[in-house]
Amino acid sequence: MISSFDTWQITLFSIAVGLASTLLILPFGIALAWLFARKEWPLKSVVETAVLLPLVMPPVSTGLILLKIFGRRSALGQWLYERGIEIVFNWKGVLIAMSVMSFPLLVRSVRTSFAEVNVRLEQIAATLGASPLKIFFVITIPLAYKGIVAGALLAFSRALGEFGATILLAGNIPGKTQTLSLAIYNFVQLGKDPEAYTLLGITVALAFLFVWSSEWLLRSEKKVY
Amino acid sequence: MASGQKKERRFGMFRGKRLRKLCSSAVVVLFLVAWAQTCARADEILVSAAASLTDVLNDISKSYQAKSKNTVRFNFGPSSGLARQIEEGAPADIFFSADLPQMDALDKKGLLERGTRKNLLSNQLVIIVPADLKLAISSPKDLLKADVKRIALAEPSSVPVGVYSSKYLTDEGLWDQVKPKVVPVQDVRATLASVESGNVEAGFVYKTDAAVSKKVKIVYEVPIDKGPRITYPVAIMKESKQKDSARDFMNYVSSPVAKDSFKKFGFVVLD
Repeated sequence: MISSFDTWQITLFSIAVGLASTLLILPFGIALAWLFARKEWPLKSVVETAVLLPLVMPPVSTGLILLKIFGRRSALGQWLYERGIEIVFNWKGVLIAMSVMSFPLLVRSVRTSFAEVNVRLEQIAATLGASPLKIFFVITIPLAYKGIVAGALLAFSRALGEFGATILLAGNIPGKTQTLSLAIYNFVQLGKDPEAYTLLGITVALAFLFVWSSEWLLRSEKKVY
Repeated sequence: MASGQKKERRFGMFRGKRLRKLCSSAVVVLFLVAWAQTCARADEILVSAAASLTDVLNDISKSYQAKSKNTVRFNFGPSSGLARQIEEGAPADIFFSADLPQMDALDKKGLLERGTRKNLLSNQLVIIVPADLKLAISSPKDLLKADVKRIALAEPSSVPVGVYSSKYLTDEGLWDQVKPKVVPVQDVRATLASVESGNVEAGFVYKTDAAVSKKVKIVYEVPIDKGPRITYPVAIMKESKQKDSARDFMNYVSSPVAKDSFKKFGFVVLD
């Protein structure tokens, strides 16, 4: 049977890095979602498609691209390596894989929330003398916060369930980069079904909890006029 | 037009159409039967084989399929994973493992065809590094150097090359210090790929795997007498639905022509 310490370590590690990745993408996701919802610019559709790609491409494809970008032989990888930063086969690789894969979900969710905020309210605030920054933080965000939280929850669930990109970029190293999904895969490969089922139960419970919360938040969102 | 006229015309047309339909269907069916007959005589056998055998078996099967009506399909991977698949019902006709424990596991479950199991090959363990590595590594002890941060190894608890390597390092008293640096990968070819990528400093593969890659270099060959005894057994599966074709391919794989191929790729042929 899997030791309770290992289960604990794997679960905590997955949640910790998942949380970190969600917090990491939050500012970028919100900013980009606002730009998508409020602004138009040439080649906007190209950016929108690029952001959506990790959601529809096979995760291993995204993982391979990340491996090529951050691997030791690439320009970026070399530069980081010389400064003592290792991405491949490291928890930082897990962080990046999770961030990239969950980013599109966050952007989509937040963008929808921003789009549902009545522009007129923002315009009224402007006529009353509020600066664009003030409008954003006092009017837009509070009205959209449910969608933002729902998007963050969804992104976090996606990060927890990440497998393909993680295993390519960070490897499946027990104690160092092994997340819940990687550990399940490992135990199945080794024929250790009881351990795999234990972790399966945890992933199902966590996913259920977070996705349910996300949906609940979105359902309770009321239209404001 | 009167409805009666219409009906008659339709009836006449219907009769002709039906006959034409019948004729074309018959032709199609005849073709299918003839085609199925030719296919039925040729078998497609599935061989689950250790990843290290990829190049040599592809080579051998090419010459086999040139002279046989059968086709050979390969399922390469870690012998441990392949054995698990067969235990779960994978329809392999032949299993070619890189170590004895995996074959024994199937034997214990009664999945091997009586009298078909035999030890065919042996191999040698080597330590490889990326071809452009600047670090000096020339013995297993060098793996303990602080500059050697990561060592690729196929899952040491199950995949044959991982089991052989970890046992060898344990015997040398180095495993405890090497273990924290190990990046476990799926099989010996994944190990090779990791070392080629340069994202690890070293890895353990078979000599035959190092031979197929120009992007790695061998820095240490584990002496055959000091290292683990490596044995590649092969057997026909009891559940195989085409044992005769399987036997035919097995015989070919044990023939002098095939043995020359194995030697060409660097394998040790057991007689």
